[in-house]
Amino acid sequence: MLAYIARRIVYVIPIVISVALVCFLLVHITPGDPLVAVLPADASQELAAQLRAAYGFDRPLPVQFGLWLLRALHGDLGNSIATGRPVLAEVMRAVGNTVTLAIAAALIGFTMGILLGLIAGYFRETWIDKVATSFAIAGVSVPHYWLGMVMVIIFSVQLNWLPAVGAGPNGSNSWAWDWAHLQYLVLPAITTSVIPMGIVTRTVRALTGDILSQDFVEALRAKGLHERGVFRHVIKNAAPTALAVMGLQLGYMLGGSILIETVFSWPGSGFLLNSAIFQRDLPLLQGTILILALFFVFLNLLVDIAQAAIDPRIKRG
Amino acid sequence: MSELPLSATADAALQAAPATKARGYWATVGRRIMRDKVSIACALVLILIFLSAILAPWLGLEDPYKGSMIRRLRHIGTVGYPLGTDELGRDMLARLIYGGRLSLVIGILPVILAFCIGTSLGLVAGYVGGKLNTAIMRTIDVFYAFPSVLLAIAISGALGAGILNSIVSLTVVFVPQITRVAESVTTGVRNMDFVEAARASGAGPFTIMRVHILGNVLGAIFVYATSLISVSMILAAGLSFLGLGTKPPEPEWGLMLNTLRTAIYVNPWVAALPGAMIFAVSICFNLLSDGLRSAMDIRN
Repeated sequence: MLAYIARRIVYVIPIVISVALVCFLLVHITPGDPLVAVLPADASQELAAQLRAAYGFDRPLPVQFGLWLLRALHGDLGNSIATGRPVLAEVMRAVGNTVTLAIAAALIGFTMGILLGLIAGYFRETWIDKVATSFAIAGVSVPHYWLGMVMVIIFSVQLNWLPAVGAGPNGSNSWAWDWAHLQYLVLPAITTSVIPMGIVTRTVRALTGDILSQDFVEALRAKGLHERGVFRHVIKNAAPTALAVMGLQLGYMLGGSILIETVFSWPGSGFLLNSAIFQRDLPLLQGTILILALFFVFLNLLVDIAQAAIDPRIKRG
Repeated sequence: MSELPLSATADAALQAAPATKARGYWATVGRRIMRDKVSIACALVLILIFLSAILAPWLGLEDPYKGSMIRRLRHIGTVGYPLGTDELGRDMLARLIYGGRLSLVIGILPVILAFCIGTSLGLVAGYVGGKLNTAIMRTIDVFYAFPSVLLAIAISGALGAGILNSIVSLTVVFVPQITRVAESVTTGVRNMDFVEAARASGAGPFTIMRVHILGNVLGAIFVYATSLISVSMILAAGLSFLGLGTKPPEPEWGLMLNTLRTAIYVNPWVAALPGAMIFAVSICFNLLSDGLRSAMDIRN
């Protein structure tokens, strides 16, 4: 097991470096001068050159990348051009809110997805299966930012049950586990959960169907094992693949939250990314994407390791 | 066994051949999909949306650009404005139908582009193998380290707002996914006997790839690509929704959804209409892709 973990970690190193390279290059595919955002319109040539040297934009690209990577390793992702505060601190503060949202959505989406998927797979080709499958298809096809708007229309505008935007009373930015804050989480979490719900339902349904049609299930039934026991075997066999899919979905929720966070003005990493894009705050854009992508890479690593831990076949392969 | 029954069978087969005229693979798939009611219904809805988008100027609709301050945000069912008006008093029906033009192009074009690029890359990587395969596939892996929404927004955000940039960024998101599928099906086919036979009879690598491999892998890659259209529609409209795609006053569903957000307290259901169009197109493509997949799975 340890050897497997070590091997997996070694695989991750080149990926991490390439991810950093992509994030670094993002700034250099941008049209226009990255200094435009900080420079006053009537700035002199000398001031521009001075700032360019201060930000290091005057060196050759590979040197810039090396220096940037070295500083990033020490946790220095530069300062936001718009606010002047360190990028890392800004991003980490926002990521906390995104993690809260993603975990709440994962709890809802995965529970619903596993239940619907098991039921649909078990009662395959019946009306129960059709209903569950329709839910799943709708879940993966719905533009979630639109669903968020519809939720706000129904539950905030028409019924006035839940707040429409924000993450806490009086525009509060920090999260707390009480009802005053929790009611702000309900709509964004349900909206975020529909895609993972649909994908997990489809995965678990397919897995359950495949496993139930295998010979060993027939053998278990022939031996006289009751249905509950058969079901336990199904779950054990479906778990590794289902876990991998859920891990990936959690990663997508963490990294792809920008649309939902924009709809609900949720002060997370996606919201930060949005403002970085529109203020042309390139260090902040670069840093946010780097950190979200690293989260994703490490989550995948954890899922692989967890999968190997519960499925002995993987380590041997 | 003697020779007689064998040649008799061959004779029989020869005689029977013109009479039965075995249906080809695609004809079988076509017949199977025609029997699938859900697929047919989705295809009809899509055809309706496509046709009305193409024929929009000849449908006798209001001008989708002309607004009026005195008839802003009319409700659905207002006389003369069956789907109401938007925040600038423009006819929603006209804008939704005209909006299909841009929305469908920016949603579908990235998948078509990625299909061409990804299939070529995957075919070459899978057929040539070795170092070239490693180089292509490891580069592809880097893009898998980003969640697709994040990658699309990162590229689009860095390049700046614009239709072209949003198409480029979505193409970059889909190329790795299609390349992976193309590479894996090509690797499965390249060592089959008929490829070896073609090589033995002197066919060059390009002929083999084009004639012998492409025909056998294109179906699988195509089905995978159709399943991406739904995601692409949602993401393309999403980029416009964020302000990274289309610019006002162009009618486009994602952008319309964005500008109407301010109207949800005044006229909520009109504000929700453009999203319903995205949803309809996306779910139809998803169901159609599912139908195509099961129709092509002849073994069942």
